[in-house]
Formats: sequence, C-alpha cells, structure tokens
Amino acid sequence: MSTATEHSEQTEHTDGHEAEHHGLSDKQYIYIALILAALTAIEVSTYYVDFGPFFMPTLLILMVVKFVTVVSYFMHLKFDNKLFTYLFYSGLLLAISVYCGFLATFKFFLQKG
Amino acid sequence: MAIIERSITSTEVFSVATPSTSLGALKRPVASTGWKSWLFTVDHKKLGIMYSAAALFFFIVGGLEAVLIRLQLAAPNGKILNADLYNQMFTMHATTMVFLFVMPMAAGLANYFIPLQIGARDVAFPRINAFSFWAFLFGGIFLNLSWFLGGAADGGWFMYAPNSGPIFSPSHGIDFWALGLQITGIASLAGAVNLITTVLNMRAPGMSLMRMPIFTWMQLVVQFLLLFAVPVITVALFLLSFQRNFGATFFDVSAGADPLLWQHLFWIFGHPEVYILILPSFGVISEVLPVFSRKPLFGYPFVVFSGAAIGFVGWGVWAHHMFASGLGPVSVAVFSISTMAIAVPTGVKIVNWTMTIWGGKLEFTVAMKFAVGLIVLFTIGGLSGVTHSVAPSDTQQTDTYYIVAHFHYVLFGGAVLGIFSGFYYWWPKVFGKMLNEKLGSWNFWFMVIGMNLTFGPMHILGLQGQPRRMYVWTEARAGEGFFNLGMWNMVASIGSFILGIGVLMFLVNIVYTHKSKKIAISPLDPWDARTLEWMTDSPPKEHNFDVIPQVSHLDEFFHRKYETDSSTHSVKQVHSAEEVMAELNAHPDEHIHMPSRSYWPILLALSLPVIAYGLIYNRMLMAVGAAMTLLTMFGWSMEPSTSPDDDFDPPAPGEGGGHTKELSPLG
Amino acid sequence: MFLGSECLLFGGLISTYMLYKGRVNAGPQPDQIFDIPFTSVSSFVLLMSSLTMVLAVSAAQRKDERNMNLWLVITALLGATFVGGQVYEFTAFYREGLGFTTSLFGSSFYTLTGFHGVHVSVGIIMLMALVGMNRNKRIPGDRAEVVELVGLYWHFVDIVWIIIFTLVYLIPS
Repeated sequence: MSTATEHSEQTEHTDGHEAEHHGLSDKQYIYIALILAALTAIEVSTYYVDFGPFFMPTLLILMVVKFVTVVSYFMHLKFDNKLFTYLFYSGLLLAISVYCGFLATFKFFLQKG
Repeated sequence: MAIIERSITSTEVFSVATPSTSLGALKRPVASTGWKSWLFTVDHKKLGIMYSAAALFFFIVGGLEAVLIRLQLAAPNGKILNADLYNQMFTMHATTMVFLFVMPMAAGLANYFIPLQIGARDVAFPRINAFSFWAFLFGGIFLNLSWFLGGAADGGWFMYAPNSGPIFSPSHGIDFWALGLQITGIASLAGAVNLITTVLNMRAPGMSLMRMPIFTWMQLVVQFLLLFAVPVITVALFLLSFQRNFGATFFDVSAGADPLLWQHLFWIFGHPEVYILILPSFGVISEVLPVFSRKPLFGYPFVVFSGAAIGFVGWGVWAHHMFASGLGPVSVAVFSISTMAIAVPTGVKIVNWTMTIWGGKLEFTVAMKFAVGLIVLFTIGGLSGVTHSVAPSDTQQTDTYYIVAHFHYVLFGGAVLGIFSGFYYWWPKVFGKMLNEKLGSWNFWFMVIGMNLTFGPMHILGLQGQPRRMYVWTEARAGEGFFNLGMWNMVASIGSFILGIGVLMFLVNIVYTHKSKKIAISPLDPWDARTLEWMTDSPPKEHNFDVIPQVSHLDEFFHRKYETDSSTHSVKQVHSAEEVMAELNAHPDEHIHMPSRSYWPILLALSLPVIAYGLIYNRMLMAVGAAMTLLTMFGWSMEPSTSPDDDFDPPAPGEGGGHTKELSPLG
Repeated sequence: MFLGSECLLFGGLISTYMLYKGRVNAGPQPDQIFDIPFTSVSSFVLLMSSLTMVLAVSAAQRKDERNMNLWLVITALLGATFVGGQVYEFTAFYREGLGFTTSLFGSSFYTLTGFHGVHVSVGIIMLMALVGMNRNKRIPGDRAEVVELVGLYWHFVDIVWIIIFTLVYLIPS
C-alpha cells in the first residue's frame, strides 16, 4: 500500500502490547483520517484536472485504497482473527464477481465511454 | 458461555417464578407450561417444533393447490379453474412449497438439532431465533391473506417483470407476495446469522469443524448461501415494489428498462436458493444412511467439501434459467459449462452415499427407505438436469413440462424425501415415541409411487411440447398413441392423488402414534445412532445436556459405545447407550444458564406485516408499524438476555447476579 | 456477517444503477446535474464521522465515558449533516427536473442513494440510542463491545459511500 500506512504500522509497534489488541492510539487514527482526506482531495481533483487515460484507474485505485484502509484500521479487521478477514473478503469477492458477471451479460464492459 | 448462579435443582421448578418488570410496565413472561410458554419461548427446541409444524401446515396448503392444478389438467378443457385462478394457483403452489414449506422445515430441523449435534445448550442469539420464527409465520400468513383480499399473486413464483408490474398485474396479489417474501427474507437472514455464529462459536470442547456431523455442515453451508442470496432478492423485491407502488420505472420498457434485469436479479438469488432447498436433505440422509448401514459415512471429507463446492459454484450458474431469453452465445456458453461443472460435486455425494451403503448390514427402517429413495429419485432428477445444461437441448425443453418433471424429481424426490427421512429418524428424539413403522412403510410407498406416476409422465409431456403454465389443454393438440398427452395428463393427476394419500398416511401416523395407548415410550437409543444429539433424553431436557460432552472423535456417540480392534478391524460393543448416558451425567453441572423467555421477538415480528399492510392500503399505518418496530427494538435492547436472579424464587438464595457475555442483538 | 450480506444488497443496487445510469429518456443527464463540489464536502463530512466514531470506540475501551459520549454525539451530528446534505441535494435535483419517476437514471439514482441515506439515518438513531442508554445506565453487558458493533455498522455505511461517490458521481463527470 502507500508509504503512509506503512508509517502508521511502525508507530503502532512502538505503542506496545495494549495497542496490538485494541488497535491504534487516537493520534494514529487522526493521522489515518488525514490520509483519507488527502486521498479524497485527489479524487475530487479528477473533476477539475484532466487525467487523460489515468482517469478511471486512478479513481478506482483510490476507491479501493480508501475502502481497504477504513476496513482494516477503523473497522479493526487487520487486528482481528484472520478468520474474519477471510469471511469479509470472500463475501465481498463473491458480490463483486457475481455482479460483474451480471453486468457482463448486459455487455456493460464493452460499451463506449 | 455465560456464568450463572442458580443451582440445577431449581431449573425444573419454574412455576414458582415471580416475573420481573420490564420498563416498569409489562412483566417479563416466565411461564414454562401452557400456551404462553410457547408464545414467548426462546428455546431452540420449542421453536424447532413450531417451525416444523407451521411448515407442515403450509405443505398441506401447497399440496391442495397442486391437487387443484392436477384436477384442472386431468381432462381436456378443464373447468375447475379459470385462467386467472390457475395463474394464482401455480404461483402460490410454488411460492408456498419453496418459501413456506421446505425452507422453514429445514430451519426447524436445523434449529432443533444443530445445538444438540454440536453439544450446545441453545443457539447464539435465542431471542433473534424466536423473532425469526414469528417473522416467518406472520410473513407466510400475510402472503396468503391475498387469497381473501382480491386475489393471490399470479405472475409465477419467479414473478418476471414487466409482467409483474402495475400495468399487467393490477391486483394487490403481487404486492402481498413481494412484501410477504421480504418479511420471510428478514427471518431467514436473522436465522442465518444466528446459526453461523452458533456453529462457529458454540461447539463442544474437542469438536473441531471436521468432527461435526454432516447435517450440521450442510446446514452451515446453507446459512452462508442464505446470507448472501437473500439480499439479492431483497433488492429485486424492492425494485418491484417501488415500481408498483411509487411509479419507479425499473422494469418499464418504454422508459428504456431492460426486462432482463429482473430475471438476472431473481435468478442470482434463485439458483443458490435451490441449493438452499436441497442441502439440508442431503445432510439428513448423510446421518441416516450410516446408522442403518451399520457403517460410517464413506469419505466424510469429500462429502463436506463437495457440499461447500456446491454452495460456491452454485453462484456461477444462475443464467441457465435464462438460456432462451436472448442472452447471446457467449453468456450462454459460459453458463452452460458452469452448470455442467456443478454436476460433479453432486455426483461425488451420490458416490459417497452409495459406497456407504455398499457392504453394510442394511436395516430398512422407514427412515432408511426414504433416504435410499432420495438417492434414486434425486439422481433421476439430476440426470434430466444435466440435459438442461446443454443449452441447445434446453431450448426445446425450457418452459415445458420436462422442466417441471426435473425440478419435482429433485425437489420432491430430493428435498421432501430427505425431510421425511428426518421425521422418521428423529421423531423418537423429539417426542419420545417412534412413529409406527408399518404405517410409515405405507406412507413411503404411496408417496414414492404417487410421485413417480405424477412426475414421470411429465418428461414425455414436456418433450412432446406441452408448455408450462397453460391453464387448459385441448383434445386437438393432444397427439396419439403412446404420446397421447391426454392419457399422460390423466395418469399424472391420478398419481397426484396417490401422492396425497401418502401424505395423509403420514398425518395418520402422527395421530396414531400419539393417541394410541399401546405405543410405548421409545428406548434411549432406538436406532443405535452415532451422533451427539442421541446422548440426551428423549425429549431432551430444557438445557439439553447435564454435562457438555468432551468430543474426541467424529461420530462421538458411536465411539463411546463401540471399540474397533485395529488388527482384526472388527467392532465390538463396549458400552450400552444407557451406560454411556449414565457415565456422561454422573457429575451434572452445578449451575446451568439458560436464556429467559421474552415477548419482544413476537412483538417485533408483528410490526412487520403492519408496515406491509400499510404500504398496500393505508400509508398512515406504515408510520404506526414503523413506530412499533422502533419501540420494540428499544424494548428488546434494554432487556437483558437472561432475567436477573430476583426473577425467580429459588429454594436457596441466589449468589448474586450473573455476568452475561451475550451481545445485544445488533449484528 | 450481516455486513457481508449488506455487501450483496448494495452490490445489487449499485449494479442496477450502473446498468441504468445512461438511460435517460427524459430529464437531465448525470453529468448535467451532479454538483461535485457540494457532494465532495458531504463525502468529506461522512469520512470524518468515521474518524470520530473510531475515537468513540477508543474512549469506550478506555472506559472514558465523557469522551465516548462526546464523540458519539459528534459522529451523529456529522452523520446528520451528511443526511441533511443529501436531502438538500435531492430537493435541488428534483427542482432541476430529476424526479423518481422521470427516467431510469432517476429511479435508480434515488433508490441507491436513498437506501444509503436510510442506512445512515438508522445509524444515527443507533448512535443516539447508545448515548441515551448510556446516560440511563441501561446498556447491559460489555459497553465497549456494543459501541464497537455500532462502529462497525457505521464504518460500513461510510465505505459504501466511498464506492458510491466514486462510481456514481466522479466517474460520469
């Protein structure tokens, strides 16, 4: 992921054992929120700035990064039993696959622009 | 689980309880006998019985609807049902059978037996469990109210839009249908969360996932399927309701809508749904076959994984219901292949069951007959299913009686026979008496012969071109000789009567078993069974187990009774069932904690049809219903899952409040 | 698990929208009617509410009642701001000619964002209920766990919006 989240992982280790069970400190949460805000700003800028061919990929990647960040840190998934991670992402993957298949039968991905 | 401080001797003496107050107003229910004990129960066993009884009632309703259809089609130019009524009849027959019989029956069996099979004392969220049952019951009643309020739904159980939209289906029937299913959908979702949590968290010590009985495993897969499939039909039903009630244009072709949208959404739900219907019965016979073959289930890991595979691959085949809808060759080819693929795990199961029976010391009790019947009849249905997967041949078969034949063989021959096998197998556990074997035999043969006479000819009817959902047929189109459709329609109708008599025999059997003074209480272990649910009384005590058993094998009960000599591979009985029970209960747990009764679940469930009724007739009522929902949810969340000790008057003073770890039912 | 099934629910609504967003027989097109700056602010508000939610959970785990209540109330307020923004947006669109029944785009847009808005509102009710029950000392069991559960729901509602904002608003524009 981005260097920003790696940084917060380092600070997490220095917090000691209580942090590892209950997650991060308040300061780290604020830090993550600022990152999310910055990512949102980039997203919004696509409205104003012409990204050319990078438009779609940028937005989609940013969307995924924000999604995973909130889920892993705010929803604590990163620190929970691995089983929950499997459960959540498998449900998500199923939903995405099924609905993309559904849209594919409507030739959605072959449309122009 | 949680800790309580109440000695075991007082658990049997609930009648001296003093109810506490909730919100200072109504007292919390504490009755342990009588109708109130059923209305406010949170006990998984009572709920299981209620689920099954309600489902059986709807089975009869659906069966009568079917008989009416067959009466109409027995002769040419039938006059029994006009076209409109006929449409309602086949729609409601299917809806009732699928949503109000098979699904709740499976839920009833799951509710009763999953906690017993995993060595737990109840499910994870007992009040949500009660809510699920009442929501199902009220949803089912709501759905059927339409018969009396202007006509039932008439768009087919798959309710294709735009035909089901306001222009082509102006009566309220479909609104009742959509809203009723939303309510039962909520019940299923809540139940799924409940049972998954129960299985993952509350197994007895030593019971790893791969030591669980297959019935529990199959039900676990089913709950996951429900969890993910119900929201999809929820979306579809919302879109339909918005179109019908608020003028949205989702299925309005003149606004540019795509009629396939409904079909896709429905079948993305619909295909996992049919696996939801069949897997519980697969689980039941995976229990029954080993017991009556005196052999363990062949290939336990294969049966588990094929069940999971069916659940998983089942998501990728939905458009095989839409081969003739103009999807285009690429989509059709993809789904054709995936449909062929799903035959594989099912075949694996059939092989495993057959190998279980092979070389066993077979005892053809009625439960065993039904189980073997399932293997044979489901396979027939499965074979016709394979012919559907070949898209070119499906183009001829679709919307004909050939398809009707297929799904009745798999549903009746599969799901229903499995359920009946479960009835005869587990009746002594639930009620303490065994159903009469002789009557059961008659029950079985009438059902099987009736079923084959009814649905067998439909293969011919279908291939000769008789379409589905046609309310009448004429002599002119009936053909001649062996393929005279008239003759086969008559045979099918006669078959349906024979089938009906078979079901009647089952009911007679129930009455006879319970009314007759001659039938003895069943012994502790009537079938010499293998799994944990048999290590309890019949019927089980309210807290199920005096001591939670320590599990060290798959088929734990079997291993406590028998020892295998590894050199000669012979099996020797070392303990009788009575001895095993005595040893287990030698030191009963001192303090057993059971969740308390509550009236919030039934009240919350009641608020849902109020909202639904309001949507159709009187929008003010919706607000009333919504307020009721909100208030009951609040009341519920403020009530502890177990009432404090000062609720009851124990013989000795309690040792202070227990600390419960039950989460409030938020998710 | 419930949230997993909600993924399927919103997936269905999003897919329906994706299918229908181009079908505008009457009324305005997506790129004509969306006000990206306004919606961006709304999105930012909701995102920050996730932060305040997590601070509330953290306070609950520390048994810091005052701060927990504080952050819960702020989260609810931010959520209410978001919903208010949605209501404003809907009325503005309606006045510009996009009604629920105007076109398929209209129907699917309002349904998708409407469902999301309802989920946010339910979340707000739950948050206020937590504060209220806390005041009356009525929360049974482990307080931190209950707050955490509501938090999970709240974050889910936020991430659904992350997806909606990108797919519905940003991409067509």
